[in-house]
Amino acid sequence: MSRRFSWFNATSLTLGFVFLYLPITILVIYSFNSSKLVTVWAGFSTKWYGVLFRDQAYLDAAVITLKVALVSSTLATILGTMAAWVLVRAGRFRGRTLFSGMIYAPLVVPDVITGLSLLLLFIALGLNRGIGTIILAHATFSMCYVSVVVSSRLVSFDQSLEEAALDLGCSPFDAFRSVTLPIIAPAVVSGWLLSFTLSLDDLVISTFASGPSATTLPMKIYSQVRLGLNPEINALSTILISLVTIGVIASSLISKRASVRRQRQEQQALAQS
Amino acid sequence: MNLRRLALIAVPYGWLLLLFLVPFGIVLKISLSDQALAIPPYTPTFDLAGGWAGIKSFFTGLDLENFTYLTTDNLYWKAYLSSVWIATLSTLLTLLAGYPIAYAMARARPEWRPTLMMLVILPFWTSFLIRIYAWIGILGQTGYLNQLLLWSGLISKPLVILNTPVAVYIGIIYAYLPFMVLPIYATLEKLDSDLLEAAEDLGCSRFSAFWLVTFPLSRPGVIAGCFLVFIPVVGEFVIPSLLGGSRTLMIGKVLWDEFFSNRDWPTASAVAVVLLLILIVPIILFQRHQQRQQELDA
Repeated sequence: MSRRFSWFNATSLTLGFVFLYLPITILVIYSFNSSKLVTVWAGFSTKWYGVLFRDQAYLDAAVITLKVALVSSTLATILGTMAAWVLVRAGRFRGRTLFSGMIYAPLVVPDVITGLSLLLLFIALGLNRGIGTIILAHATFSMCYVSVVVSSRLVSFDQSLEEAALDLGCSPFDAFRSVTLPIIAPAVVSGWLLSFTLSLDDLVISTFASGPSATTLPMKIYSQVRLGLNPEINALSTILISLVTIGVIASSLISKRASVRRQRQEQQALAQS
Repeated sequence: MNLRRLALIAVPYGWLLLLFLVPFGIVLKISLSDQALAIPPYTPTFDLAGGWAGIKSFFTGLDLENFTYLTTDNLYWKAYLSSVWIATLSTLLTLLAGYPIAYAMARARPEWRPTLMMLVILPFWTSFLIRIYAWIGILGQTGYLNQLLLWSGLISKPLVILNTPVAVYIGIIYAYLPFMVLPIYATLEKLDSDLLEAAEDLGCSRFSAFWLVTFPLSRPGVIAGCFLVFIPVVGEFVIPSLLGGSRTLMIGKVLWDEFFSNRDWPTASAVAVVLLLILIVPIILFQRHQQRQQELDA
C-alpha cells in the first residue's frame, strides 16, 4: 500500500513517536540533573554517574545479571535451535502435539505463573536458589522464543540443499554444519540476542527463581524504584538505554551489510554459471 | 541416525517437561493441599516409598478448600474481574492509538518503512522496568506533566494521576503499543492499493473506502494485535505495582503479594491455576487465529 501521505498520517506518526520516545528522553536528560530531587532541574552535573559507579550493590547486581544473561541465552540458543529442528524436521513422533504446546505456551503464560511454578519446582527438588536457578529459569522461557525465531527460518529454507549435500556424500552432521547452519545462522544469532535482552530485562521470574544470594539488576532497580524516584536509577537507565540503542543500531547495520554482500555473491554466482 | 534423532528430540523435550510441565503439576498439587501443611518451608510429599498407601493418602489429602476460599473472599474475584476489565479497555485504547500509527507507516514511502519499523521496535529492546519507571517522574504530583500544566495555567492544583488506574492505562498503552502496531502494519503493508482506487472510482468517499475496504482487510492484524496485548496484560505485574498504587486491583499483583508478603503458597497456587483457566480461552482462540492465517497465507 503506497498512497498519498496525508496530514493525518503525519500527525499520527509524530504523536506516536513523541509518545514512545519522550518519556525515555526526559529520563535521560534528568540523569544529568545535579539536584537530588529528580523532577526539579538544578543545573547540569554528572555526579549521579559517579555515585552509581561507587555503589558496590549495583556493580554486583550488574555482574550477576550479565553472567545470567550470557549463560542462559547460550543455553537457550542451543536448546531452542534443537527444538526448532524437532518441530520442523523431525517428522511425526509420539507426543509431538504436547511438545509444540510446550514450546508456544511459555510465550503466553503470565510471568507470575511461570515464576511461581519454577520456584515450587526448585524447592521440591531441593535446589539451592541463586544464580544457577535463575539461569535455568531464563533458559527455559528464552528457548521457546529462540525456537519460534529459528523454526520460521527453517520452514522457509529449501530442504533440497540439505539433500544435495547428503547425496554428495556428506554425513548428516556435516550437512547440518556446512549447509543448514550457515543458512539459519542469522535466525540463530537474533534468537540469541533476543534471549540475552529478555534475560537482562526480566524481573518477575528472576525474583521467584533467585534466593537471597543473588540479586539481578532489574531486582535491584525494582526495590529502589518502589521507594520512589531516584537519581542513581536515572543514571543507570541512561547507561542501559545507550547500550541497547548502540547494540540495536550496530546489529541492524551489520545484518544489512551481510544481506547486501550475500546478494552480490548470488549475482556473481549467477553471472558465472 | 535414528539414535541421534531420538537424542535431538529427547533433550529439549525432557528439558521442557521438567522445567515447564512438572512445575505446573506442582502448582496444581499445592493449590489442592492444606494450608497448614503447605506453609513454607513446604516440601510436596510425593511419597513413593509409601507404596499404594502413600499414593492414596496423597490423593485423599487433596481438596478444593483453597478454591472455595477464593470465592468467599471478595478480594480475589474482584481482582480477576478488574484485571480482565483493565485488559479489555487498555486493549481497545491501544488499538485506537496504534492503528493510526500502523496506517501511517504503511502509507509512508517504501524507503522510510524499515527505519519507521526500527523506531517502533527499538523501545521494545529497552528495559520494560525502566520504561515504566520513566512514567513515575512524568505522572507524579510534582512530576513533569503537572509542572507543565501548572506553568501553562491550565490547572491550578496538581492532578492526581500516579497511583490511580489512569496511570496503569497509560503505562499499558505505552509498553504494549509496538505489539499492536506491528501486526496491523504487516497486514496493511500487503494491502493492494488498486482496491482502494477501485472503490474510489466506484464512488466511495475516502472515509467509506477506508471503512469498507482497508479496515476489513486489516482485520487479521487487528485481531492478532489485540490478543498480543490482552493476554499478557491480564497477568501484568510490573505496571500495576509501579503505577497503580494500592487502589488498582490486578490479579498478578495479588498473586505476588500472596506469595511474597502473606507467604500463603496454597492460595497463591490456587490464584495461579484460576488465572491460567481464565487465559486458556483467549490463548486457544489466538492460536487458532494464527493457524488459520498461516494456512490462508500458504
